[in-house]
Amino acid sequence: MANPNKAKAESGIMRWVDDRFPATQMIQDHLTKYYAPKNFNFFYIFGVLALLMLVNQILTGVWLTMSYNPSAEGAFASVEYIMRDVEWGWLIRYMHSTGASAFFVVIYLHMFRALLYGSYKAPRELVWIFGMAIYLLLMAEAFMGYLLPWGQMSYWGAQVIISLFATIPGIGPDLAQWIRGDFLISGITLNRFFALHVVALPIVILALVVLHIIALHEVGSNNPDGIDIKEKKDESGKPLDGIPFHPYYTVKDLVGIAVFLFVFAVVIFYFPEGGGYFLERPNFEPANPMVTPDHIAPVWYFTPFYAILRAITFDFLGLRAEFLGVLAMGGAIAILFVLPWLDRSPVKSMRYKGWLSRIALLLFAVSFVVLGVLGAIPATPIRTLVAQICTVIYFAFFLLMPLYTSMEKTKPVPERVTG
Amino acid sequence: MKKQLFILLFALVPFAAVAAPFPEQPHSMTPDLQDKESLQRGMQLYVNYCMGCHALEHQRFSRAANDFGMPQELVEQNLIFSSGLGFNDQMHIAMQPQESEGWFGVVPPELTLFNRLRGPDYIYSYLLSFYRDPSQPLGVNNKVLEAPAMPNVLEPLQGVQEMVCAETDQPVAGQSPDPLSGKYQSCDVLQVTQPGSMEPAEFEEAVYDLTNFLAYVGEPSKLQAQALAPKVLIFIFIFGVIAYLLKREYWRDVH
Repeated sequence: MANPNKAKAESGIMRWVDDRFPATQMIQDHLTKYYAPKNFNFFYIFGVLALLMLVNQILTGVWLTMSYNPSAEGAFASVEYIMRDVEWGWLIRYMHSTGASAFFVVIYLHMFRALLYGSYKAPRELVWIFGMAIYLLLMAEAFMGYLLPWGQMSYWGAQVIISLFATIPGIGPDLAQWIRGDFLISGITLNRFFALHVVALPIVILALVVLHIIALHEVGSNNPDGIDIKEKKDESGKPLDGIPFHPYYTVKDLVGIAVFLFVFAVVIFYFPEGGGYFLERPNFEPANPMVTPDHIAPVWYFTPFYAILRAITFDFLGLRAEFLGVLAMGGAIAILFVLPWLDRSPVKSMRYKGWLSRIALLLFAVSFVVLGVLGAIPATPIRTLVAQICTVIYFAFFLLMPLYTSMEKTKPVPERVTG
Repeated sequence: MKKQLFILLFALVPFAAVAAPFPEQPHSMTPDLQDKESLQRGMQLYVNYCMGCHALEHQRFSRAANDFGMPQELVEQNLIFSSGLGFNDQMHIAMQPQESEGWFGVVPPELTLFNRLRGPDYIYSYLLSFYRDPSQPLGVNNKVLEAPAMPNVLEPLQGVQEMVCAETDQPVAGQSPDPLSGKYQSCDVLQVTQPGSMEPAEFEEAVYDLTNFLAYVGEPSKLQAQALAPKVLIFIFIFGVIAYLLKREYWRDVH
């Protein structure tokens, strides 16, 4: 039964629609009467940029599928066909392939923002968990998309990642074969990855993005001070420190979008390969199951976890090093899901947390970047040692969080946002 | 706004810091896709000396002709030899892989994306670094790629190059330079011992043109990207200025 108090347009077409669909109500709930804290800083642009990149990936992806041929015989040539013979194909392809890297840059900064200002803390646990689920699926989406050009690195990268599943004791080899659909990576694998990449995963990701935003709008946005703006309202019930998302943040975000697009366009037009990190050079050679590339490295956005995988070089408790590496890598991602319950601090924002939290976050960020670098270059004994140290720091950041967040002295949180 | 730009650029620093350059080669060259005459000469050399064995499976004659400003008749008369190939076709070859594998031990790779795989310095250095070596099946060896499976097809142009003991400007490990000339003594210096149809400098230019052509072939869209980029960037910049003014206007009432 329709809610009689719903906002409705006075008359006209909008009224007709509102009698049948809560359009005006939704516009108010999510835009014109969604009050966002007025003190967002630049870190808050990455949410909208992530949405922009999602739309970019979907649109360019749709156009790419129009000319792409998902077969082991035709995939590589069809990508070159897109790059050369399809009108604007090169631009659409670069927007998609280099766009994936831009997407992850934005996502990582968006996640860092959450760590910085405690955006995962109550009551935003579900916002964080939906976000983490999106991140996990984006990694799967990117991994499957990377196989599609059917270059050498596509093939061998997929080979390495799928063989990780083969390390699971007992079921491993059968599981890996089930994923591949063949005894080795073949056109069958390519076809199923194509189906998952263009149909299944995008649908789930889109649904999760909707859940992420609904959950966010239910509890309201956090802000750099970590204060709940709904606690101080004026006589009409509007938060004193809140401003309507539209028009204030829509126009502000346009500026951020322009700056981002400028940088993105410079990369797309002048450095689409990103120095061999956005598009890896061995991928300019068609997949060849008989020849292994000298150095197999995943794309940069996976390298921190790849470095953690390689950092485990010893057997332990009767488990083989390879499997322990896979567990460590999986654990590194899984532990992020329980972050809201690890942080025991009475305050949200790093602005009011103590120096222990600040040092912990700094060490964590540095070790994450170092792991990213190490995962991209060949391992040496000294690099493995550094990766092991960084892996310990990575996990210590989370596992010790209940301790250091509860024992440190926090600063008093102001009543109102500080601008 | 400046701060945002700064942070975005900062986010890219990790990549710049570890950017993987192509491995260093004895010679280096920078492609110039605006030099159409060089690209035309490079294509001519490619068709005459390389295309017997190395196809460009993804490069059309017509695309190169348009990009280099060459009329169709001229290309058809001078650059397309196979009766089975037309102006709009890709640069396929007639040699069968089974046969070439028997002759050379490997199928000569098609080279459309070779520049993107190995970089221009590799191609340039490789073509300059052949030398006579009777111990090799094809009579030549190469300083960049040991025991190559291909003969030095450019030898008629370059002349016979041999590895000799001579003075060189290149530093030699474990040797200090001659105090007077500043040069080093080395026994792996490449020297042309019998002249070909080109002078050494002329030959280097020819190899430059050929490498330049292959750099173009790797990514013809680079020409389009270079032409389009300034327009797009100016558009985004103006859009950004207008968006900023709009934002400032709206945010006047936020205190």
